[in-house]
Parts: sequence; C-alpha cells; structure tokens
Amino acid sequence: METNSARTGPSARLIVACAIPILIVLLALPRFIDVYQTQLFTYGLIYAIAALGFNLLLGYTGLLSFGHSAYFGLGAYSAAFLVKYFGIGSIEIYILVGLLLTGLVSAAFGYVCVRHTRIFFGILTLALSQVLWTLAYKFFWVTGGTDGLRVAFANLTLLGGLIEFKGRNAYQLFAQYYYYYVLFVFCVCTVLMWVIVHSPFGKALQAIRDNETRARFLGIPIRRYRWIAFLLSGSFTGLAGILWVPLNGLVTPDILYWPFSGEIVFMTVLGGFRTFTGPIIGAVVFNYLKVYAVASTAYWQFMLGAVLVVLVLALPTGIVGTFSRLFDRIRKRG
Amino acid sequence: MDILVIQILNSIFYACILFLIAAGLSLIYGVMRIVNLAHGSLYALGAYVSAWAIGTFAVGAPLWVLLLLLPLGAIAVAAVGALIEPALLRPLYRRPEEYQLLITFALLLILEDAMHFLFGGVPLTAGGVIDSMGTIRVMNLRYPVYNLVVIVIGVMAAVFLWAVIYRTRFGVILRATSQNMRMASALGLNVKWVYVQAFALGCFMAGLGGAVVVPAQAAVLGMGVEALILAFVVVVIGGLGSLEGALIGALIVSFVRTAGIQFFPEIELAVLYLIAALVLLIKPTGLFGRA
Repeated sequence: METNSARTGPSARLIVACAIPILIVLLALPRFIDVYQTQLFTYGLIYAIAALGFNLLLGYTGLLSFGHSAYFGLGAYSAAFLVKYFGIGSIEIYILVGLLLTGLVSAAFGYVCVRHTRIFFGILTLALSQVLWTLAYKFFWVTGGTDGLRVAFANLTLLGGLIEFKGRNAYQLFAQYYYYYVLFVFCVCTVLMWVIVHSPFGKALQAIRDNETRARFLGIPIRRYRWIAFLLSGSFTGLAGILWVPLNGLVTPDILYWPFSGEIVFMTVLGGFRTFTGPIIGAVVFNYLKVYAVASTAYWQFMLGAVLVVLVLALPTGIVGTFSRLFDRIRKRG
Repeated sequence: MDILVIQILNSIFYACILFLIAAGLSLIYGVMRIVNLAHGSLYALGAYVSAWAIGTFAVGAPLWVLLLLLPLGAIAVAAVGALIEPALLRPLYRRPEEYQLLITFALLLILEDAMHFLFGGVPLTAGGVIDSMGTIRVMNLRYPVYNLVVIVIGVMAAVFLWAVIYRTRFGVILRATSQNMRMASALGLNVKWVYVQAFALGCFMAGLGGAVVVPAQAAVLGMGVEALILAFVVVVIGGLGSLEGALIGALIVSFVRTAGIQFFPEIELAVLYLIAALVLLIKPTGLFGRA
C-alpha cells in the first residue's frame, strides 16, 4: 500500500518544525481577520474534529460509515437539552455530558454495526442514524421538531464560569474567545488522534484494513478493535457536535439527516482519507466552499456535486494526496 | 371496517410505489454491485417530468392524452440513466466501492439542484388525472379509481420484471453478468452494454414510480431524499439484489407504515429503520437475498 500512514512517516522533529509555525499563525489569526471570518474558521475547525474522528474509521480501519451525522447531532442535541431543561450554560458540562452520551450511543450502535463490513456496514450505520433523525423530527414537544432548539451564546460560560459574555461587544468577545477555545480543543484532538493512529492499536487497525485474514492470523481481535475504533470515531464527531451548537445558536434535525453524513464523507475525501492531515484540510476547505457556494448561487448543491464528481474521477487522493505527490515529483527532479 | 379496507388499499397502493423504486435499486445493485444513492432523486425526476408534461401540454385534455403523457417521466429518467452509466459510473468499477458510493452521492446533489433549476421551487401536480377518473364506492366510502389503476400498474410491473429476468434471453444475460461479470465477458457478452441496459432499466423503474405517484402526490423538492431511505429499508428487509425481496419488503414497509401512522405516529419511521437494522443483524442478506 502506497500510503502515508503505512510509511514510517516523517520524523518527530520535522512534525514539530511544521506544527509550531502553523500554530502561531492560527493563534494570531483573529488579530487580522474580522469577526465573521473568525467564526467561519471556527466552524472549519469544528468540522475538522468531526472529520478527524470519521477518518479513524474510513482511512485507518477501512469502514465507510454513512451515519456519522448521528453522533454529531447527538452531541449537539445533548448540549441543547442541557440548556433547555436544566438551564446549564457551562460548555465544560456540555462536553462532559455530551461525550458520555455520544460515547454510549456510538458504543451501542458500533456493537451492532461492526458485525458487518463494506456496503452492509454503510447501510446499517445509515439506518441507525435515521432512527435518531426521526426521533428528533417527530418528538417535537421534546426536541422542538423542525423549529429546533435555541442555544444562545449570551448564557454560555467558558472555563467553568470564568468567562462570560455580557454587556457591550459581547458578540465580538464571544467570537474571539470561542475561537481560541475551539482551537485548543482541536489541538488536543489532533494530538490525541495522532497518538491513537501511531500506537500499536492504530497500527493494528491499519493491518485489519489492509488484510483482515492476516490480521486475524496475528491474533488481533478484529471485531473488538473495530468496535473500539467506532466508539472513538463517534466520540470525536460527537465532541464536534457539542462545540458546534453554541456557535450555530440553533440545532435542528437537519444535522441528523443522512445528507449531513454525506457531507462529512465529502470533507474527508476532499482532503484525502489516506493521510492524517487530509480530513483537517478537507473540512476547512469544504466549509469555505459550502459557505461561498451558498452565498453566490441558489444552486450550491449542484456546485458541490460537480466538485465531488471531479474529485472522485480526477483527484481520488484528495487535496493532501495530490499535493504530496506533486511535492515528491518536484523533489525527485531537483 | 370500511376504514380498514381503505387502509389496506392505501397500503397496497403505497407498496406498489415503493416496489417500483426498490426494484430498480435492487436490480442495479444485483447486476452492477452499486448502491445508487441518487436513486431517490431519479424517482423524483420522473415525478417532475410527468407533472411538468401534463401541466404544460395537456391542461384540460381528455383522459387518454393524460395517461399517454404520464409514462414520459419514466422514459426520460431511463434516458438520463443511459447517459449517467457510461459517463460517471463506468470509470469507477475497478476502484474501491467508497468511490462508487460517493459518485452517486454527488449525482444526488446535482440532480436535486437540476430539478430545482428546471422545474422551480413550487410543487408540481398532475391532479387532473385523478380528478377525471373519479371515484368508486368501496363499502360505504369513496375511493379514487386512479389508486386502483396504480395497483394494477404495480402488479403488472412486477410480473413484467419477473418475466424479463427469468423468461427472456436478456434476463439470462443479466443474471449471468450479475453472477460472474468476468466469465460473462469471456463468453463474448458485451458487458458494458449490459450495464448500460441494466442501469437504464433500474432508472426506468424509479421514474415509473415517480410518474405514477405524481397524480396522487405533488412533486416537491426533497421527495427523492426521503424516498431513497424508505427504498433502502425495503431492499434491506427483502435482500439487496432480490426481486421477490423488493416485493415482500415493499409490502411489509407500507403495511407497517400505514399501521404506524394510525396507531403510533411518533415512532412510525423509527420502527421501520429498527426493523431494517434488526433484519441486517439477524440475516444480513435480507429475507430473500443470497450471500
């Protein structure tokens, strides 16, 4: 397999040398862009966490889930319920409760889904995610139905109540602080995911992806490993959903509907699912692509579809894969 | 009692529509091993084309003109299918199935907006057909004749498909290609052409489903996305790639759904998805599928 993940990978020094300048740019970013752009980028980072989690299944375990909207939506709805029924404003409590809930549900769904692979796995994840969608859609007296539930940023507190958003300029403050909060969580998630995929467990997942029979010969408990990967993947995506709610201010059943799962797949493939950084780049780029497509034309779905067609037919390795191949070719010549 | 009869008729009517969609989905999977996420949108396209044709050319026309125009949707969708297969799907047969699924998802996005562009955002109906056919008495209630016509069309389509697949030379070729594409190709069959025909036939079924539903329900944006999931439930229960499975699955889904709307409306859809998940767990190949 000619994949970046299968190689030994770049040295630790090179990674740190690349990561530090990127981190500095990300830290300084809100100083140079306006509130709207900051928010847009925050959305991108949140989707990146979701895609990162999704790719643990697609890129590293070789399972294509078409139901990841379930975990994203579950995280989002758990935060919204905490606001509506308990009046809680602390994002840390959202994360705690939401992660517990998405963890439990993805453990339950995963336990069922990993009994199958390939297309049946995809359909099973899709069917189960739609169960949640219909529940959110039909139990309108609990979930608000298609009107959704509001999560106002004005009641939100960060860092256990240390940071509140009241008074003048509250919105600008929220955009800035929330960006840094999401950036921090994003960095933690990225490091965590890096550790996971480079651990013996992560290597075992890749072995299962590449050759299930051989992996079984080696004594890897395949189903249990897939299950754990599913659980981790769902939890990452759920975390993204939790972070998404206060920023979006509203949660509707749309994020549980299966086309949103398709968007998560889209992001990951756009960046390139055979690489570690692919989903991150893909999510950020997809977010801009979608926002500008929606802003510039009523037919934005058409545009996204056309991009996806080009991607699948001409650039199957995604943005990162294409660039790294170009880079390799230039280096060989030079 | 009267209500029960009407509800049973409604269930069968609905099962016919679902069968038309699901049979096409199943046929395409059976022959080409592609799960077509755009199948629901092709069904919606059929509905739009038929409603548009009737609304544009035949306002106030006699009934037989309307009935002649109705299948236009199915034919148009089959033509679209015959274009899609060589253009988008053929380059991907050797690639992992993730890409095949993705290209059909892209197709779904494109088709949804193409319909929005071509037919606008307003719902289109062909209610004239249902009106001019009138109603008949069922027990003490009135029931639209058109719904009974659809049931007849559904049964005819099932018989027709069965006859094509099990009683014609083309059916033998289809089944041979489905069982072993390489061997069929080695025996001199033009597999590429078989794929075009199979995909177009599957699309025709979806388009027919849309064409016959549109006098009873308006064509609206988003109807395809919804229909696809129900068709999925049908083929998962019945078995992907099985014609009998699509028939039985459609009946199960529509009866459960009608009962659900009557007795437990909140979880009516959730129950269907749970049934599908349960079937996948206990018998992954579905009730009639082969491994």
